[in-house]
Amino acid sequence: MTTQLLLVQALNGLQLGVLLFLVAAGLTLVFGVMDFINLAHGVQYMLGAYLGAAFAAATGSFWLGLALALPAALAAGLLLELLVFRHLYDRDHLSQVLATFGVILVLNEGVKVVWGAAPLQVPIPPLLEGGIEIMPGLQYPIYRVAVLGAGIATAGLLWWLVERTRAGMLVRAGATNPAMVSALGVDVRQLFTMVFAFGAMLAGFAGVLAGPIFSVEPGMGDNVLILAFVVIVIGGIGSIRGAFVAALLVGLIDTLGKSLMPDLMRLFLDASAARQAGAALASMLVYVAMAAILAFRPAGLFPVRAG
Amino acid sequence: MAEPLLRLVDLRKHYGGLAVTDGVCLDVLPGEIHAVIGPNGAGKTTLIHEVTGIVAPDSGRVVFAGRDITRLSLARRVRAGLARTFQITSVVAGFTALENVALAVQARSGSSFRFLRPAATERATNDAAMAALAEVGLADRAAIPAGALSHGEKRALELAIALATQPRLLLLDEPLAGAGPEETERLIALLTRLKSAYTILLVEHDMQAVFALADRVSVLVYGRVIATGTVAQIRGDAAVRAAYLGEDEG
Amino acid sequence: MAREAWLPLAVLLALGAAPFVGLGGSYETTLMARGMILGMAAVSLAFLVGGAGLASLGHAASLGIGAYAVAILDAHGVTDAARVLPAAIGAAALFSLVTGAISIRTSGVHFIMITLAFGQMAFFTASSLAAYGGDDGYTMYSRTEVWGARLLEDRLAFHYICLGALALTWGGCAMLLASRFGRVLRAARENAQRVEAVGLSPYPFRLLAYVIAGAIAGAAGFLLANATEFVSPATLSWQRSGELLFMVILGGVGRLWGAILGALVFVVLETWLAQQMQHWKLVFGPLLILAVLFLRGGLSGLVARRHG
Repeated sequence: MTTQLLLVQALNGLQLGVLLFLVAAGLTLVFGVMDFINLAHGVQYMLGAYLGAAFAAATGSFWLGLALALPAALAAGLLLELLVFRHLYDRDHLSQVLATFGVILVLNEGVKVVWGAAPLQVPIPPLLEGGIEIMPGLQYPIYRVAVLGAGIATAGLLWWLVERTRAGMLVRAGATNPAMVSALGVDVRQLFTMVFAFGAMLAGFAGVLAGPIFSVEPGMGDNVLILAFVVIVIGGIGSIRGAFVAALLVGLIDTLGKSLMPDLMRLFLDASAARQAGAALASMLVYVAMAAILAFRPAGLFPVRAG
Repeated sequence: MAEPLLRLVDLRKHYGGLAVTDGVCLDVLPGEIHAVIGPNGAGKTTLIHEVTGIVAPDSGRVVFAGRDITRLSLARRVRAGLARTFQITSVVAGFTALENVALAVQARSGSSFRFLRPAATERATNDAAMAALAEVGLADRAAIPAGALSHGEKRALELAIALATQPRLLLLDEPLAGAGPEETERLIALLTRLKSAYTILLVEHDMQAVFALADRVSVLVYGRVIATGTVAQIRGDAAVRAAYLGEDEG
Repeated sequence: MAREAWLPLAVLLALGAAPFVGLGGSYETTLMARGMILGMAAVSLAFLVGGAGLASLGHAASLGIGAYAVAILDAHGVTDAARVLPAAIGAAALFSLVTGAISIRTSGVHFIMITLAFGQMAFFTASSLAAYGGDDGYTMYSRTEVWGARLLEDRLAFHYICLGALALTWGGCAMLLASRFGRVLRAARENAQRVEAVGLSPYPFRLLAYVIAGAIAGAAGFLLANATEFVSPATLSWQRSGELLFMVILGGVGRLWGAILGALVFVVLETWLAQQMQHWKLVFGPLLILAVLFLRGGLSGLVARRHG
């Protein structure tokens, strides 16, 4: 493993991290404000990817696709909220888990019906084709750099919204003490719908960005969802800052683990055994890290709610 | 003077810059009812949390029956003989009154890691639970789900549960909170009956009740004990009147 | 329970009689075996959810680990039930012990997410086991032998073994919940603070319940592997965990036998829908949502209400 490869893998890890953050941010806010656990958040990421791919193919422009996919993802989120989620706020977490699980089944199947079961390829927009030299003799795809930049910029925007605006103040207050916010005379339902739609759009945005990097296929949201859960559990439920730190951490651990573990194992095992054991260990690494962090901090790195 | 059953030695707890418990020293002697009173925000709840093991003090010691229990969990303290009731009644609503008490009985007699026999058929456990229910006057309500009991009955049930752990000290956290006048009267009568048999640390808002029940009273203001003494002494204490009685005549 | 218990008993009796009333064919017995085996896993999950208040979204991991124990031993030529079954149960119990020790420190939605994550960990680990089929799964050479006899190959024998295992699971879990141990679990589900205030720490009780449920799911996994003679990572997937949880809810939390009902209805419905159309999940998903929204108390709740 050379320094160059390590650097590339680290960048890939960060870029997975920012995508995870975009998904986890909505999830953690929705949970923080409404105490609502939404398994279907992952399919909103998938939906974003499909919408982006479809609109890009129809218009011939990635950028137009992006511009159309974002409001479409938002509308899809609002529709789901209206049809299903709204009826679940007063229910226990178990009911929320199962009903949103039902939504996953429908949407995963739905995209198969509309777009087929085969993965879609999304071309990289011409503007962002090619690579840039990040080290002498080392090219890194511009598109991936752009994703990293877009993710960090969105994180900054989100931070500003949550920390500096009135709506953000209410969202933060809602995560710490929901009863107080309703006591202030704020329509919590409306606040939630807003947060929810925004979260759905962020997840959709992550999906559009991911399109040209990963394959767009049914079920692509499921793994992201579970990693996003790991992220918000590590970061502390309801905490944007926690989600950001944890997302980068998880992205790095996962990516670096997958590329380093097999090599590490070769120190102890022969090549084929090392490849197997390395792959197995690498896929466990994120969860082991989560377990280790929770063993010391059961409420995550940045706990929001006291007690 | 007898060795105190419970000693709080220089307990301190800060939240941010605020000293919520600011060097509290307090002794509970065997056989007495020691009441802690104080205006809202005096730090009574935190003090109870420190005594029962829900909040760890920054410094200081909690000594129970000669043993330092400062770092023990709530469950271990209860097993050591320090039973408590809660300000907001805490019972298992889905269990009958009897099963609520039976849970406490099984916790102190034999292992709870028994898997074969239906717990409801354990004669000795049920008898002991019935005895505790009878002690608080709930014998005829044994088969009622705890959730369906009246507020006063839940209070009494909680007392029965605490008694069933065979405590050496009872910590009663505002046992009269939320009770109507009639219920209050009945609960005070009940506490008066228990008084001869148990050592009690009573944290209570109701002045009338405190003055009727307590042997000694400690007054907590801003995290400090400003006075400890008999009811008569406390009534006559100028500092107490200024800090407490004047503004909130019970 | 006593008054309502006629229904689950009737269901078990019906399953016992089924092979003799025209449902003894390969297709029917395969379907019933699947229902009974998943029913066993669902009952163990109902014991966790309804009894101990631990809503695990990773229960399929224990099921899958039990199944993989059979497959891995099969690949190494070990097919004797006296060794395979304890291995399946032990592996699942060990996994539950390690992951439970961490997850049970948390509660509520944290618990749901963490069990989900650990389940996913098991899934990815199974997928990376290239020697045992990796993503594609592993086809067994033969079913497990019972003291050298090919008992599990016999359709009827296997049917009654599954039925016996299901009945045993139901009876065993009911016994546990009624015991002193179960009383602590039930009390802690409603009010953990109350349990602590009588001098008991809920943690070891919950952990043991988690390990027991995992062990039962491991045994169900043993049967599942033998029923299909095939094991794949899909057995451990979080979708399967969600399905198990749905069986419990469909049957009604709070009644163990509800999970038997839930599992049987689930398997029949899934199989029937899949025969009707290719994209059956488009119908199944909404049914699931509607069941959660409107069928509070589950199927067993409907029955109990009529007899309450």
